Amino acid sequence: MIAIIDYDAGNIKSLQFALDKLNVKSVLTKDPQTIKEASSIIVPGVGAFKDAMKSLNELGMVEVIMQVAAAGKPILGICLGMQLFYEKSFEDGEWQGLGLLKGSVNPIPDNVKVPHMGWNTLTKHADSTLFHNIIDDAFVYFVHSYAVGGVYEKETLVASAEYGGTVPAIVQKDNVVGMQFHPEKSGTVGLQLLTNYLEMIS
Amino acid sequence: MLAKRIIPCLDVDKGRVVKGKKFQNIADVADPVELAKRYNDAGADELVFYDITASNEERNIFLDVVEKVAREISIPFSVGGGIRSIDDINRVLRSGAEKVSINSAAVTNPSLIKQAAAKFGNQCIVLSIDAKETSQGKWEVFINGGRKNTGIDAIEWAKYGEQLGAGEIVINAIDTDGEKNGYNMTLTRAIAGAVNIPIVASGGAGKLEHFSQVLKEANADAALAASVFHYEEIPIPTLKAYLAAEDIIIRREM
Repeated sequence: MIAIIDYDAGNIKSLQFALDKLNVKSVLTKDPQTIKEASSIIVPGVGAFKDAMKSLNELGMVEVIMQVAAAGKPILGICLGMQLFYEKSFEDGEWQGLGLLKGSVNPIPDNVKVPHMGWNTLTKHADSTLFHNIIDDAFVYFVHSYAVGGVYEKETLVASAEYGGTVPAIVQKDNVVGMQFHPEKSGTVGLQLLTNYLEMIS
Repeated sequence: MLAKRIIPCLDVDKGRVVKGKKFQNIADVADPVELAKRYNDAGADELVFYDITASNEERNIFLDVVEKVAREISIPFSVGGGIRSIDDINRVLRSGAEKVSINSAAVTNPSLIKQAAAKFGNQCIVLSIDAKETSQGKWEVFINGGRKNTGIDAIEWAKYGEQLGAGEIVINAIDTDGEKNGYNMTLTRAIAGAVNIPIVASGGAGKLEHFSQVLKEANADAALAASVFHYEEIPIPTLKAYLAAEDIIIRREM
Protein backbone atom coordinates (compact mmCIF):
# COMPACT_ATOMS: atom_id res chain seq x y z
CA MET A 1 0.00 0.00 0.00
CA ILE A 2 1.30 3.43 -1.04
CA ALA A 3 0.24 6.36 1.12
CA ILE A 4 -0.30 9.58 -0.79
CA ILE A 5 -0.13 12.42 1.68
CA ASP A 6 -3.29 14.50 1.53
CA TYR A 7 -2.58 18.06 2.51
CA ASP A 8 -5.30 19.64 0.40
CA ALA A 9 -3.07 20.29 -2.59
CA GLY A 10 -4.79 20.84 -5.96
CA ASN A 11 -4.80 17.89 -8.32
CA ILE A 12 -3.80 14.70 -6.54
CA LYS A 13 -6.39 12.37 -7.98
CA SER A 14 -4.45 11.89 -11.20
CA LEU A 15 -1.62 10.37 -9.18
CA GLN A 16 -4.03 7.88 -7.64
CA PHE A 17 -5.47 7.12 -11.08
CA ALA A 18 -1.95 6.48 -12.43
CA LEU A 19 -1.25 4.03 -9.59
CA ASP A 20 -4.62 2.37 -10.28
CA LYS A 21 -3.52 1.87 -13.90
CA LEU A 22 -0.40 0.11 -12.60
CA ASN A 23 -2.56 -2.04 -10.30
CA VAL A 24 -0.90 -0.59 -7.22
CA LYS A 25 -3.00 -0.01 -4.12
CA SER A 26 -2.83 3.53 -2.83
CA VAL A 27 -4.65 5.63 -0.31
CA LEU A 28 -4.97 9.37 0.01
CA THR A 29 -4.45 9.99 3.70
CA LYS A 30 -3.74 12.38 6.56
CA ASP A 31 -3.58 9.59 9.11
CA PRO A 32 -0.11 9.14 10.72
CA GLN A 33 -0.70 5.45 11.44
CA THR A 34 -1.62 4.67 7.81
CA ILE A 35 1.46 6.55 6.67
CA LYS A 36 3.72 4.66 9.06
CA GLU A 37 2.34 1.32 7.86
CA ALA A 38 2.60 2.11 4.13
CA SER A 39 5.33 0.53 2.00
CA SER A 40 6.14 3.95 0.55
CA ILE A 41 4.81 7.45 0.85
CA ILE A 42 4.33 9.92 -1.95
CA VAL A 43 4.28 13.65 -1.31
CA PRO A 44 2.37 15.20 -4.22
CA GLY A 45 2.31 18.88 -4.80
CA VAL A 46 0.49 21.59 -6.58
CA GLY A 47 0.36 25.08 -5.18
CA ALA A 48 2.60 27.37 -3.20
CA PHE A 49 5.53 26.27 -1.04
CA LYS A 50 4.60 28.24 2.07
CA ASP A 51 0.96 27.05 2.00
CA ALA A 52 2.10 23.45 1.57
CA MET A 53 4.50 23.68 4.53
CA LYS A 54 1.81 25.40 6.58
CA SER A 55 -0.68 22.60 5.82
CA LEU A 56 1.89 19.90 6.59
CA ASN A 57 2.71 21.60 9.89
CA GLU A 58 -0.94 22.03 10.89
CA LEU A 59 -1.67 18.41 10.08
CA GLY A 60 1.32 17.24 12.10
CA MET A 61 2.71 15.73 8.90
CA VAL A 62 6.18 17.27 9.11
CA GLU A 63 7.08 15.13 12.09
CA VAL A 64 5.58 12.01 10.51
CA ILE A 65 7.47 12.51 7.24
CA MET A 66 10.76 13.16 9.07
CA GLN A 67 10.26 10.01 11.16
CA VAL A 68 9.48 7.68 8.27
CA ALA A 69 12.30 9.19 6.19
CA ALA A 70 14.78 8.61 9.01
CA ALA A 71 13.48 5.06 9.39
CA GLY A 72 14.42 4.40 5.76
CA LYS A 73 10.94 4.18 4.25
CA PRO A 74 10.99 5.07 0.53
CA ILE A 75 9.59 8.55 -0.06
CA LEU A 76 8.78 10.04 -3.44
CA GLY A 77 8.15 13.76 -3.83
CA ILE A 78 6.51 14.98 -7.01
CA CYS A 79 6.84 18.57 -8.28
CA LEU A 80 6.27 20.82 -5.25
CA GLY A 81 6.45 17.63 -3.19
CA MET A 82 10.09 17.24 -4.25
CA GLN A 83 10.83 20.91 -3.55
CA LEU A 84 9.51 20.51 0.01
CA PHE A 85 12.37 18.04 0.66
CA TYR A 86 14.95 20.86 0.46
CA GLU A 87 16.19 23.19 3.19
CA LYS A 88 14.46 26.33 2.02
CA SER A 89 12.53 27.98 -0.76
CA PHE A 90 12.61 31.53 -2.06
CA GLU A 91 9.07 31.38 -3.43
CA ASP A 92 7.42 34.68 -2.38
CA GLY A 93 9.79 35.19 0.54
CA GLU A 94 12.02 32.74 2.31
CA TRP A 95 10.51 29.59 3.78
CA GLN A 96 11.93 26.65 5.60
CA GLY A 97 11.43 23.24 4.00
CA LEU A 98 11.79 19.71 5.36
CA GLY A 99 15.58 19.72 4.90
CA LEU A 100 15.82 16.07 3.86
CA LEU A 101 18.05 17.21 1.00
CA LYS A 102 20.63 19.98 0.88
CA GLY A 103 19.88 22.92 -1.36
CA SER A 104 17.26 25.55 -2.00
CA VAL A 105 14.35 26.24 -4.31
CA ASN A 106 14.81 29.31 -6.47
CA PRO A 107 12.90 31.18 -9.17
CA ILE A 108 13.49 30.06 -12.76
CA PRO A 109 15.37 32.97 -14.44
CA ASP A 110 13.13 35.19 -16.55
CA ASN A 111 15.27 34.94 -19.69
CA VAL A 112 12.90 32.06 -20.46
CA LYS A 113 9.12 31.97 -20.15
CA VAL A 114 7.93 31.22 -16.64
CA PRO A 115 6.31 28.83 -15.74
CA HIS A 116 8.38 26.10 -17.35
CA MET A 117 5.35 24.42 -18.88
CA GLY A 118 5.24 21.46 -21.20
CA TRP A 119 7.22 18.44 -22.35
CA ASN A 120 10.97 18.61 -21.90
CA THR A 121 13.73 16.03 -22.31
CA LEU A 122 15.51 14.22 -19.51
CA THR A 123 19.31 14.10 -19.51
CA LYS A 124 20.67 11.21 -17.46
CA HIS A 125 23.44 11.93 -14.94
CA ALA A 126 23.70 8.64 -13.12
CA ASP A 127 22.92 5.01 -13.64
CA SER A 128 19.66 4.21 -11.99
CA THR A 129 17.11 1.43 -12.09
CA LEU A 130 14.64 4.29 -12.55
CA PHE A 131 15.75 4.38 -16.20
CA HIS A 132 14.76 0.81 -16.98
CA ASN A 133 13.06 0.89 -20.42
CA ILE A 134 13.42 4.68 -20.60
CA ILE A 135 15.11 5.93 -23.78
CA ASP A 136 17.66 8.77 -23.76
CA ASP A 137 16.12 12.23 -24.07
CA ALA A 138 12.66 10.97 -23.16
CA PHE A 139 10.04 13.71 -22.84
CA VAL A 140 8.23 14.25 -19.54
CA TYR A 141 5.70 16.90 -18.50
CA PHE A 142 6.90 19.82 -16.39
CA VAL A 143 4.91 22.65 -14.92
CA HIS A 144 6.68 24.78 -12.34
CA SER A 145 8.04 28.30 -11.75
CA TYR A 146 10.73 27.43 -9.18
CA ALA A 147 13.53 24.91 -9.41
CA VAL A 148 16.07 23.30 -7.12
CA GLY A 149 19.40 25.10 -7.07
CA GLY A 150 21.80 26.68 -4.64
CA VAL A 151 24.34 24.38 -3.05
CA TYR A 152 22.75 21.00 -3.61
CA GLU A 153 24.61 17.69 -3.54
CA LYS A 154 25.54 17.03 -7.16
CA GLU A 155 25.75 13.28 -6.57
CA THR A 156 22.01 13.28 -5.83
CA LEU A 157 21.28 14.43 -9.40
CA VAL A 158 19.92 11.48 -11.40
CA ALA A 159 18.45 13.41 -14.35
CA SER A 160 18.04 17.03 -15.37
CA ALA A 161 16.28 19.14 -17.97
CA GLU A 162 17.55 22.30 -19.65
CA TYR A 163 15.42 25.37 -19.13
CA GLY A 164 17.09 28.69 -18.43
CA GLY A 165 19.86 26.56 -16.89
CA THR A 166 20.02 23.08 -15.43
CA VAL A 167 16.78 22.03 -13.79
CA PRO A 168 17.16 19.02 -11.46
CA ALA A 169 14.45 16.66 -12.72
CA ILE A 170 15.08 13.42 -10.82
CA VAL A 171 17.03 13.42 -7.56
CA GLN A 172 17.78 10.61 -5.18
CA LYS A 173 19.51 10.27 -1.86
CA ASP A 174 19.11 6.81 -0.38
CA ASN A 175 15.39 6.31 0.30
CA VAL A 176 14.39 9.84 -0.72
CA VAL A 177 13.48 10.37 -4.40
CA GLY A 178 12.20 13.51 -6.06
CA MET A 179 10.69 14.14 -9.48
CA GLN A 180 10.24 17.76 -10.53
CA PHE A 181 7.97 16.80 -13.45
CA HIS A 182 4.65 14.96 -13.21
CA PRO A 183 5.20 11.24 -13.96
CA GLU A 184 1.45 10.69 -13.58
CA LYS A 185 0.87 13.09 -16.49
CA SER A 186 3.85 12.09 -18.63
CA GLY A 187 2.28 9.45 -20.87
CA THR A 188 3.80 5.98 -21.09
CA VAL A 189 7.25 7.34 -20.13
CA GLY A 190 5.80 8.64 -16.87
CA LEU A 191 4.00 5.38 -16.11
CA GLN A 192 7.24 3.48 -16.78
CA LEU A 193 9.12 5.78 -14.37
CA LEU A 194 6.50 5.11 -11.69
CA THR A 195 6.73 1.38 -12.40
CA ASN A 196 10.52 1.57 -12.06
CA TYR A 197 10.22 3.46 -8.79
CA LEU A 198 7.83 0.83 -7.43
CA GLU A 199 10.17 -1.96 -8.52
CA MET A 200 13.15 -0.18 -7.04
CA ILE A 201 11.52 -0.02 -3.61
CA SER A 202 9.93 -3.47 -3.62
CA MET B 1 14.67 21.05 -25.09
CA LEU B 2 11.12 22.16 -24.39
CA ALA B 3 8.75 20.89 -27.07
CA LYS B 4 5.96 22.83 -28.74
CA ARG B 5 2.59 21.38 -27.80
CA ILE B 6 -0.34 20.13 -29.89
CA ILE B 7 -3.64 20.46 -28.06
CA PRO B 8 -7.00 19.07 -29.20
CA CYS B 9 -9.89 21.04 -27.76
CA LEU B 10 -13.14 19.34 -26.77
CA ASP B 11 -16.30 21.40 -26.26
CA VAL B 12 -18.63 19.40 -24.04
CA ASP B 13 -22.40 19.89 -23.97
CA LYS B 14 -24.68 17.59 -21.94
CA GLY B 15 -21.93 14.99 -21.69
CA ARG B 16 -21.09 14.94 -25.42
CA VAL B 17 -18.31 16.53 -27.45
CA VAL B 18 -19.74 19.06 -29.88
CA LYS B 19 -18.21 21.34 -32.46
CA GLY B 20 -19.34 24.84 -33.29
CA LYS B 21 -18.26 27.30 -35.95
CA LYS B 22 -17.74 30.81 -34.71
CA PHE B 23 -19.26 29.57 -31.47
CA GLN B 24 -22.57 28.64 -33.16
CA ASN B 25 -24.15 25.77 -35.14
CA ILE B 26 -23.25 23.10 -32.62
CA ALA B 27 -22.95 19.56 -34.01
CA ASP B 28 -22.55 16.37 -31.97
CA VAL B 29 -19.17 14.69 -32.43
CA ALA B 30 -18.33 12.00 -29.89
CA ASP B 31 -18.13 10.68 -26.37
CA PRO B 32 -15.58 12.85 -24.50
CA VAL B 33 -13.91 10.03 -22.60
CA GLU B 34 -13.46 7.90 -25.74
CA LEU B 35 -12.18 10.84 -27.74
CA ALA B 36 -9.79 11.89 -24.97
CA LYS B 37 -8.38 8.39 -24.84
CA ARG B 38 -7.96 8.35 -28.61
CA TYR B 39 -6.01 11.64 -28.50
CA ASN B 40 -3.90 10.43 -25.59
CA ASP B 41 -2.95 7.33 -27.58
CA ALA B 42 -2.30 9.31 -30.75
CA GLY B 43 0.30 11.49 -29.02
CA ALA B 44 -1.58 14.68 -28.15
CA ASP B 45 0.49 16.69 -25.66
CA GLU B 46 -2.39 18.07 -23.68
CA LEU B 47 -6.17 18.41 -23.92
CA VAL B 48 -8.57 21.25 -23.25
CA PHE B 49 -12.19 20.70 -22.23
CA TYR B 50 -14.74 23.47 -22.34
CA ASP B 51 -18.02 23.02 -20.53
CA ILE B 52 -20.48 24.82 -22.75
CA THR B 53 -23.56 23.77 -20.79
CA ALA B 54 -25.44 26.23 -18.68
CA SER B 55 -27.40 24.56 -15.90
CA ASN B 56 -26.02 23.33 -12.59
CA GLU B 57 -27.38 19.87 -13.21
CA GLU B 58 -25.38 19.64 -16.42
CA ARG B 59 -22.32 21.00 -14.60
CA ASN B 60 -22.33 17.86 -12.46
CA ILE B 61 -22.45 15.67 -15.59
CA PHE B 62 -19.42 17.59 -16.80
CA LEU B 63 -17.45 17.08 -13.57
CA ASP B 64 -18.22 13.41 -13.86
CA VAL B 65 -16.76 13.49 -17.39
CA VAL B 66 -13.64 15.27 -16.07
CA GLU B 67 -13.05 12.58 -13.50
CA LYS B 68 -13.57 9.76 -16.02
CA VAL B 69 -11.13 11.46 -18.39
CA ALA B 70 -8.54 11.85 -15.61
CA ARG B 71 -8.88 8.15 -14.93
CA GLU B 72 -8.34 7.18 -18.56
CA ILE B 73 -5.55 9.40 -19.83
CA SER B 74 -2.00 10.11 -18.68
CA ILE B 75 -1.42 13.52 -20.22
CA PRO B 76 -2.36 16.85 -18.66
CA PHE B 77 -5.61 18.60 -19.44
CA SER B 78 -7.26 21.87 -18.60
CA VAL B 79 -10.89 22.63 -18.02
CA GLY B 80 -12.77 25.80 -18.82
CA GLY B 81 -16.30 27.12 -19.15
CA GLY B 82 -18.38 28.50 -16.35
CA ILE B 83 -15.51 28.82 -13.86
CA ARG B 84 -16.56 31.69 -11.58
CA SER B 85 -15.20 31.06 -8.11
CA ILE B 86 -12.40 29.52 -6.08
CA ASP B 87 -14.84 26.70 -5.27
CA ASP B 88 -15.41 26.00 -8.98
CA ILE B 89 -11.64 25.83 -9.49
CA ASN B 90 -11.16 23.55 -6.52
CA ARG B 91 -13.87 21.17 -7.76
CA VAL B 92 -12.30 20.93 -11.22
CA LEU B 93 -8.76 20.38 -9.90
CA ARG B 94 -10.01 17.85 -7.38
CA SER B 95 -11.72 15.97 -10.22
CA GLY B 96 -8.32 15.44 -11.82
CA ALA B 97 -7.72 18.39 -14.16
CA GLU B 98 -4.24 19.91 -14.24
CA LYS B 99 -5.30 23.47 -15.04
CA VAL B 100 -8.36 25.64 -15.18
CA SER B 101 -9.13 28.10 -17.90
CA ILE B 102 -10.90 31.31 -16.94
CA ASN B 103 -12.54 33.57 -19.49
CA SER B 104 -15.60 35.76 -18.82
CA ALA B 105 -15.25 35.63 -15.02
CA ALA B 106 -11.74 37.07 -15.27
CA VAL B 107 -13.14 40.15 -17.01
CA THR B 108 -15.97 40.71 -14.56
CA ASN B 109 -13.81 39.82 -11.55
CA PRO B 110 -10.05 40.10 -12.24
CA SER B 111 -9.25 39.39 -8.59
CA LEU B 112 -10.38 35.80 -9.20
CA ILE B 113 -7.19 35.24 -11.23
CA LYS B 114 -5.10 36.76 -8.46
CA GLN B 115 -6.72 34.75 -5.68
CA ALA B 116 -6.67 31.54 -7.67
CA ALA B 117 -2.99 31.93 -8.61
CA ALA B 118 -2.08 32.56 -4.98
CA LYS B 119 -4.05 29.55 -3.78
CA PHE B 120 -3.34 26.96 -6.48
CA GLY B 121 -0.17 28.31 -8.09
CA ASN B 122 0.19 30.34 -11.31
CA GLN B 123 0.89 27.20 -13.31
CA CYS B 124 -2.67 25.92 -13.09
CA ILE B 125 -4.44 29.18 -13.89
CA VAL B 126 -4.98 29.78 -17.59
CA LEU B 127 -6.41 33.05 -18.89
CA SER B 128 -8.53 32.36 -21.94
CA ILE B 129 -9.09 35.36 -24.18
CA ASP B 130 -11.68 35.50 -26.96
CA ALA B 131 -10.59 38.36 -29.20
CA LYS B 132 -12.04 39.93 -32.31
CA GLU B 133 -10.60 42.57 -34.60
CA THR B 134 -12.85 45.60 -34.16
CA SER B 135 -10.84 47.98 -36.31
CA GLN B 136 -7.63 47.59 -38.32
CA GLY B 137 -4.94 46.15 -36.03
CA LYS B 138 -7.05 46.46 -32.89
CA TRP B 139 -8.44 43.46 -31.07
CA GLU B 140 -10.98 43.62 -28.28
CA VAL B 141 -11.92 41.06 -25.66
CA PHE B 142 -15.31 39.38 -26.05
CA ILE B 143 -17.07 37.45 -23.32
CA ASN B 144 -20.16 35.27 -22.87
CA GLY B 145 -19.18 32.88 -25.63
CA GLY B 146 -18.12 35.63 -28.01
CA ARG B 147 -21.42 37.51 -27.81
CA LYS B 148 -20.46 40.55 -25.75
CA ASN B 149 -17.74 43.07 -26.56
CA THR B 150 -16.08 44.38 -23.40
CA GLY B 151 -14.18 47.09 -25.27
CA ILE B 152 -10.99 45.95 -23.52
CA ASP B 153 -7.85 45.87 -25.66
CA ALA B 154 -6.79 42.21 -26.00
CA ILE B 155 -3.04 42.84 -25.76
CA GLU B 156 -3.37 45.06 -22.69
CA TRP B 157 -5.66 42.45 -21.14
CA ALA B 158 -3.08 39.71 -21.74
CA LYS B 159 -0.42 41.80 -19.98
CA TYR B 160 -2.74 42.49 -17.07
CA GLY B 161 -3.61 38.80 -16.86
CA GLU B 162 0.07 37.94 -16.54
CA GLN B 163 0.45 40.55 -13.78
CA LEU B 164 -2.53 39.08 -11.93
CA GLY B 165 -0.82 35.70 -11.95
CA ALA B 166 -2.09 33.73 -14.93
CA GLY B 167 0.44 31.05 -15.85
CA GLU B 168 -0.61 30.69 -19.47
CA ILE B 169 -2.77 32.44 -22.04
CA VAL B 170 -5.03 30.84 -24.62
CA ILE B 171 -5.76 33.30 -27.37
CA ASN B 172 -8.88 32.44 -29.37
CA ALA B 173 -9.24 34.53 -32.50
CA ILE B 174 -13.00 34.74 -33.10
CA ASP B 175 -12.51 36.01 -36.68
CA THR B 176 -10.53 32.97 -37.80
CA ASP B 177 -12.27 30.35 -35.62
CA GLY B 178 -13.85 27.56 -37.66
CA GLU B 179 -12.70 29.05 -40.99
CA LYS B 180 -9.72 26.70 -41.44
CA ASN B 181 -7.71 29.44 -43.13
CA GLY B 182 -4.96 29.54 -40.52
CA TYR B 183 -4.44 31.02 -37.08
CA ASN B 184 -4.49 34.76 -36.55
CA MET B 185 -0.74 35.29 -36.88
CA THR B 186 -0.65 39.03 -36.11
CA LEU B 187 -2.69 38.75 -32.92
CA THR B 188 -0.82 35.66 -31.69
CA ARG B 189 2.57 37.24 -32.37
CA ALA B 190 1.56 40.47 -30.66
CA ILE B 191 0.45 38.67 -27.50
CA ALA B 192 3.45 36.30 -27.48
CA GLY B 193 5.67 39.39 -27.65
CA ALA B 194 3.81 41.22 -24.88
CA VAL B 195 4.05 38.63 -22.10
CA ASN B 196 6.59 36.16 -20.68
CA ILE B 197 4.22 33.25 -20.05
CA PRO B 198 3.35 30.45 -22.50
CA ILE B 199 0.87 31.25 -25.27
CA VAL B 200 -1.58 28.80 -26.81
CA ALA B 201 -2.89 29.81 -30.25
CA SER B 202 -6.48 28.89 -31.01
CA GLY B 203 -8.90 29.30 -33.90
CA GLY B 204 -8.42 28.66 -37.60
CA ALA B 205 -6.30 25.54 -38.05
CA GLY B 206 -7.10 23.79 -41.32
CA LYS B 207 -3.82 22.54 -42.77
CA LEU B 208 -0.49 21.20 -41.56
CA GLU B 209 1.26 24.46 -42.53
CA HIS B 210 -0.99 26.48 -40.25
CA PHE B 211 0.47 24.71 -37.24
CA SER B 212 4.10 25.23 -38.26
CA GLN B 213 3.42 28.88 -39.11
CA VAL B 214 1.91 29.75 -35.76
CA LEU B 215 4.52 27.80 -33.76
CA LYS B 216 7.48 29.15 -35.73
CA GLU B 217 6.55 32.58 -37.00
CA ALA B 218 4.08 33.75 -34.37
CA ASN B 219 6.08 32.30 -31.44
CA ALA B 220 3.17 30.37 -29.98
CA ASP B 221 4.20 27.69 -27.48
CA ALA B 222 1.27 25.48 -28.34
CA ALA B 223 -1.38 25.18 -31.03
CA LEU B 224 -4.95 24.24 -30.24
CA ALA B 225 -7.50 22.88 -32.69
CA ALA B 226 -10.78 21.00 -32.65
CA SER B 227 -12.52 19.95 -35.86
CA VAL B 228 -9.42 18.99 -37.88
CA PHE B 229 -8.71 16.47 -35.13
CA HIS B 230 -12.30 15.45 -34.36
CA TYR B 231 -13.07 14.64 -38.01
CA GLU B 232 -9.62 13.09 -38.53
CA GLU B 233 -8.74 15.51 -41.30
CA ILE B 234 -5.31 15.86 -39.66
CA PRO B 235 -4.17 12.80 -37.70
CA ILE B 236 -1.92 13.83 -34.81
CA PRO B 237 0.96 11.45 -35.73
CA THR B 238 0.97 12.90 -39.28
CA LEU B 239 1.01 16.43 -37.89
CA LYS B 240 3.85 15.66 -35.50
CA ALA B 241 5.95 13.99 -38.20
CA TYR B 242 5.41 17.06 -40.37
CA LEU B 243 6.37 19.51 -37.60
CA ALA B 244 9.49 17.50 -36.73
CA ALA B 245 10.52 17.63 -40.41
CA GLU B 246 10.02 21.41 -40.18
CA ASP B 247 12.66 21.46 -37.40
CA ILE B 248 10.14 22.21 -34.68
CA ILE B 249 10.90 20.50 -31.38
CA ILE B 250 8.08 18.11 -30.83
CA ARG B 251 7.46 15.08 -28.64
CA ARG B 252 7.22 12.02 -30.86
CA GLU B 253 7.32 9.04 -28.53
CA MET B 254 4.36 8.61 -26.24
